[in-house]
Amino acid sequence: MKKRIVFNHRVLPYALLAPQILITIVFFIWPASQALYQALLIQDAFGLSTQFVWFENFSELIDDEFYLNSFQVTVVFSAATAFLAMSAALLLAVMADRIIKGATGYKTLLIWPYAVAPAVAGVLWWFLFNPSIGVAAYILRVFGYDWNHTLDGGDAMILIIVAAAWKQISYNFLFFLAGLQAIPKSLIEAAAIDGASPRKRFWTIVFPLLSPTTFFLLVVNVVYAFFDTFGIVHATTSGGPAKATEIMVYKVFNDGFVALDLGGSAAQSVILMLIVITLTVVQFRYIERRVEY
Amino acid sequence: MADVQLRGVKKDYPGGFRAIHGIDMHIGDGEFIVIVGPSGCGKSTLMRMVAGLERVTEGDILIGERVVNEVEPADRNIAMVFQNYALYPHMTVFDNMAYGLRNRRTPKAEIEKRVAAAAEILELQGLLDRRPRQLSGGQRQRVAMGRAIVREPSVFLFDEPLSNLDAKLRVQMRLEIRKLHQALGVTSIYVTHDQVEAMTLADRLVVMNAGIAEQIGTPMQVYRQPATTYVAGFIGSPAMNFIAARLGPDGADIELPAGGRLPMSNGALASQAGREVTLGIRPEHLTVSGAGDGVVSLNVELIEQLGADLLVHGHFGGDRTDITLRLAGATPVSAGDVLPLGVAPESLHLFDRENGRRLETAAPSDVPM
Amino acid sequence: MVENRRYLTYVAHATLILGIVIVAFPIWVTFVASTHEPQDLLTSPVPIWPGGAFLENYRQVLGVGLEAAGGVPVGTMMFNSLVMALAITIGKIAISIIAAYAIVYFDFPFRMTAFWLIFVTLMLPVEVRILPTFKVVADLGMLNSYVGLSVPLIASATATFLFRQFFLTVPDELMEAARIDGAGPIKFFRDVLLPLSRTNIAALFVILFIFGWNQYLWPLLITTDESFYTIVMGIQRMVTVADAEPQWHLVMATTMLAMLPPVVVVICMQQLFVKGLVEVEK
Repeated sequence: MKKRIVFNHRVLPYALLAPQILITIVFFIWPASQALYQALLIQDAFGLSTQFVWFENFSELIDDEFYLNSFQVTVVFSAATAFLAMSAALLLAVMADRIIKGATGYKTLLIWPYAVAPAVAGVLWWFLFNPSIGVAAYILRVFGYDWNHTLDGGDAMILIIVAAAWKQISYNFLFFLAGLQAIPKSLIEAAAIDGASPRKRFWTIVFPLLSPTTFFLLVVNVVYAFFDTFGIVHATTSGGPAKATEIMVYKVFNDGFVALDLGGSAAQSVILMLIVITLTVVQFRYIERRVEY
Repeated sequence: MADVQLRGVKKDYPGGFRAIHGIDMHIGDGEFIVIVGPSGCGKSTLMRMVAGLERVTEGDILIGERVVNEVEPADRNIAMVFQNYALYPHMTVFDNMAYGLRNRRTPKAEIEKRVAAAAEILELQGLLDRRPRQLSGGQRQRVAMGRAIVREPSVFLFDEPLSNLDAKLRVQMRLEIRKLHQALGVTSIYVTHDQVEAMTLADRLVVMNAGIAEQIGTPMQVYRQPATTYVAGFIGSPAMNFIAARLGPDGADIELPAGGRLPMSNGALASQAGREVTLGIRPEHLTVSGAGDGVVSLNVELIEQLGADLLVHGHFGGDRTDITLRLAGATPVSAGDVLPLGVAPESLHLFDRENGRRLETAAPSDVPM
Repeated sequence: MVENRRYLTYVAHATLILGIVIVAFPIWVTFVASTHEPQDLLTSPVPIWPGGAFLENYRQVLGVGLEAAGGVPVGTMMFNSLVMALAITIGKIAISIIAAYAIVYFDFPFRMTAFWLIFVTLMLPVEVRILPTFKVVADLGMLNSYVGLSVPLIASATATFLFRQFFLTVPDELMEAARIDGAGPIKFFRDVLLPLSRTNIAALFVILFIFGWNQYLWPLLITTDESFYTIVMGIQRMVTVADAEPQWHLVMATTMLAMLPPVVVVICMQQLFVKGLVEVEK
């Protein structure tokens, strides 16, 4: 945790910590505690009267079909995004791991989407799937599918999943490739001598040894899909059509800033906070275990 | 230059672990002291207290006539050579040596003069613009020493400075450290776990074990009259043989468990007759006697040929204690032989069976120091 | 690889090339659209090869902007994004490195409290405390300002942890040697620790610059004055009107410009980027 020998200074360490702690308290701790507090209040639309209602906001949420819908949408979206982004990245990483010549070139060409903002990624795919002029929509129409994400909730969901997964492939690719390269070659060689085919080697040796990376990426991808994809939804579908793509983060924003339901929005914030805390704890327990290992 | 005094120095770590149990010693001006012991014995802690990197729990440390317990390391006028060298990786060799001087606002010309002088002594002249990672292990070691030399301190502290080097380089650097000390004559404290380094470098040795100084003395004192079984076993290679034995009825000879007696030299311990003791004999002090006049016979089980020497392992008769014996390399011996052995009375070491302390048999004065 | 099966290597190359094509395809389409006249983009299928309006379109967005979306020149938005990204990056690195230094190299009451306080920020992304944070910033009068865009985002647990991790790997003896050499805490930090942290700082810089440039929700909340729009959020304003007034050529040019700086940073500093990404997640 700290050095065997430390400097002795009475004031300096506090001065060094002050900026970080100050910003943390003002912009993190205080607002979060406000969210906790407001989750227990109901305010009228004009903000004139406030009433303390204990957990009424939460019980309302549980009964709110829109909230349940948003929960369901988030689960479907996260699961599909994580699966798509991870499986595509794993396939590419396995292929790149085979190649000796030109591997860096492929790597460079695959990692840059990480730098694209989620909102921008959303716009790219939104244009591609634009029902009237999008290239992808045109191709689908040639194959007899009438794509329209402005009317069809399923199409809209596919659009944001593809956009979200597209951006995340590069991140997953880098970690899978590093994980693959960390597997001792002697294990693969031993399996080959034992007569295992490349396909069999992958599923019986490589994939199990890769499982720490896979689990880590699963958590990271779920966190990403939950929180970082706000821009994709907001810039493209705006939660529509008919709330088909209203993920939880988007609903918090919408209820708070557009519908001005402060108590309800705060209660949703608190639930999201619990989800982040759970995910963070899972991630850290995993990291601890990895360190021990 | 200065002498160093330790007065009842103790060190407790948080949690109550006592690392140093109270050490008193006086290190003379210009003396080369080696603190030797196994890892965890407290030798590094003791030296780091002299450096000012660890606080002294109890007792006083004096450098010169000044109590330095509360003095910052930088103000103690000491220099230290670390085991991993602790060179600043991003600075050149020159800057590594000059850093401490610059922090003391030494004039630039003076810094250059001192670094040049140190570089010459250590043969680093061509390397002053290099960075530590471009140097070999031996060169880094020299730079670490150079950093200490330019400070012109009153005390040098060496913390296992050679243990990261390979065997050949270690021998070479050992000689250089000794030469350097002869040339500069600065009081030096040197910590090591290697008994060869300890024996060859030291004016005086401190043998430490579990936070206690078991013995303080010249290398020959420690070798010839080890104060405890611990010191006896630690100094000398291969290690001393220990045999559980008993003093004869008149206290003038020793009864071995497998039978046989070894006569003692002049100072018989008549008052201790019949006492259970630990008998210590160094492998190099056992000699093969002509058939018949040996005092005890060894059943040879294993031979290790080292070229110049030959190590013979075996047992005295039915006693299961392992005995090692060192002979000249060409001696014809093989496993299964029974060797008649003799030992000079003055080479016998007797220790208290209970507390491991030496039992004096001979007057110390007849041992040359 | 273990055995030399030619066809497997061909399959690998083919898969990777296909992957790159799929990954790059949306960018290509966007780029092509940004080089055409508006009337080329009215009917499907849109062209798949670049047109001749490249200079005209980019000059238009950079200098003038989209009238229907507030008419802020994209040049202004990019400048705002740059200021925000740099302020966040430099601010985060600066306050994190000194906080980590205090935590690793000093012992003082409430050391662990400070550590946990910083740790907790990991669990509180902007998205879960949108409204109250907005209120704090509004109360401090920081709406529509560069300070408001950057300062609330510069507390960073990950950067602090990264530096802490790195400081713990720096040999203790280095600090002891510096102390014997007469360097106090500030001198040691400046002369030894800071130069040794250079690579870590650079790697972190790349990651944080991308993070800062790509901020979306935060600028969306606190900028109502068009002159403080950042480019990533500005696109959204354009997109919402693009369907009504077909100006796809300009929206796509803006999209290209929004991607350009972070993508260039990643490609030019690939080594540092990969190092930063992996270290941050440790």
